[in-house]
Amino acid sequence: MDNLILSSIDGCSIFSLAILDLELVNFVRDIRDPEHPYSLEQLSVLSEESITVDEKLGRILITFTPTIQHCSMATVIGLCLRVKLKDCFPPHFKVDIKVSPGSHANEESVNKQLNDKERVAAAMENPNLRQLVDECLYSSEL
Amino acid sequence: MDLYDGNFELKEIQKLEGHTDRVWSLAWKPTAGVTDIPPVFASCSGDKTVRIWEQDPSTRSWNCKEVLEETHTRTVRSCAWSPSGKLLATASFDATTAIWENVGGDYECISTLEGHENEVKNVSWNASGSLLATCGRDKSVWIWEVMPGNEFECASVLQGHTQDVKMVQWHPTVDVLFSCSYDNTIKVWAEDGDGDWRCIQTLGESNNGHTSTVWELSFNADGDKLVTCSDDLTVKIWETDIIARQSGESYAPWNHLCTLSGYHDRTIFSVHWSREGIIATGAADDGIRFFVESKDGLVDGPSYKLLSKKEKAHDMDINSVQWGPGENGLLASASDDGTIKIWELTQLH
Repeated sequence: MDNLILSSIDGCSIFSLAILDLELVNFVRDIRDPEHPYSLEQLSVLSEESITVDEKLGRILITFTPTIQHCSMATVIGLCLRVKLKDCFPPHFKVDIKVSPGSHANEESVNKQLNDKERVAAAMENPNLRQLVDECLYSSEL
Repeated sequence: MDLYDGNFELKEIQKLEGHTDRVWSLAWKPTAGVTDIPPVFASCSGDKTVRIWEQDPSTRSWNCKEVLEETHTRTVRSCAWSPSGKLLATASFDATTAIWENVGGDYECISTLEGHENEVKNVSWNASGSLLATCGRDKSVWIWEVMPGNEFECASVLQGHTQDVKMVQWHPTVDVLFSCSYDNTIKVWAEDGDGDWRCIQTLGESNNGHTSTVWELSFNADGDKLVTCSDDLTVKIWETDIIARQSGESYAPWNHLCTLSGYHDRTIFSVHWSREGIIATGAADDGIRFFVESKDGLVDGPSYKLLSKKEKAHDMDINSVQWGPGENGLLASASDDGTIKIWELTQLH
């Protein structure tokens, strides 16, 4: 899967944007929810409409919908998405991650945290958080 | 050079590779790069190391002279030389600030400052080198007194910001400290005469301030103007009444002078004002911009205009832009792409 995506990005001219978006969803849909034994797609946290890619500008926008308004794991889900995309995309792509409008009680604060790369970098150096993210990303319990 | 006429061009002199993760910040050694001493700067990175770079006087090429490693256990977020150039302070996500001294050609860690609860994000020396300030994710700003024998004593812990503090910077001539934060504000701190440090001004949204994280700030050479950059994609210039300050007024407040917007389309992480009056900015849009005070429209007070711009200066986000100490228009930039670039801003005739 990883190779497929990378090759599709490298040879992006032969893929339409819609296909690229779909591929991207394939890429992140199986991330496991930190609190549930289900994938983000199964929980409707992510759908095919969640992701838009602007190839020309090299930008990706992901909006996800936390399962509940007060979901304390929203930032962890966001971190998972960021790490997963970083692992799979050319490094110069700019990634913005947001909760979908109205889906979280602290929408503004969650969005701000997820897009502050210094806080993201610090979070990913925190062993407990890193372990949680890795479990979500690489769990085989699905 | 006349900053008002002619075209400027940013010429890439050299790309420096060596760090194995994003380069967060860099600092030019203040006493090098003038007269016959070759220029030197330090850079720090997500790879947990600090690198010392020096220009070879004969080949003019830049080389890594030393790698400071195995001291910080996490990202080294920023570094700062003491005014004499004798000491280098490095702030790390490992909650410590390390002080390094060049002893017989090698850099040794001579002191470790502990106190912050978690990530230390920035460090700054005052003009005389007698005080050090640090700030971090624990929302606090610490002031350290430099004691004899490489001892550093905490003089004050300043609480006031409501979110993590991104940067601290001493005023270039007086012992007044400035801090900027994820809480969107800039705070000004001064000693009250009894040894207590207090916040004497907050520049926030209600003062025409920033509407998102303020990442960095920098002073002009005279110290009567301040420039700040933000996640709100603007650069703001602030001024104070320097005459009131010099005539011994207790405090001359800072006021918003102007806002430069529409020049970067992603977070502006770094801003630095050269002694010649050129403001450089580096941003997450991978570009560098230069601004100068404009002669036009002086009736309404000074305004600022774009002098030059460089798209795609790096392959990824630019985290730091810093002018060299000499008068040769040298600028260094540090990026998420793991490289540092040395540039020269030259005027085309």
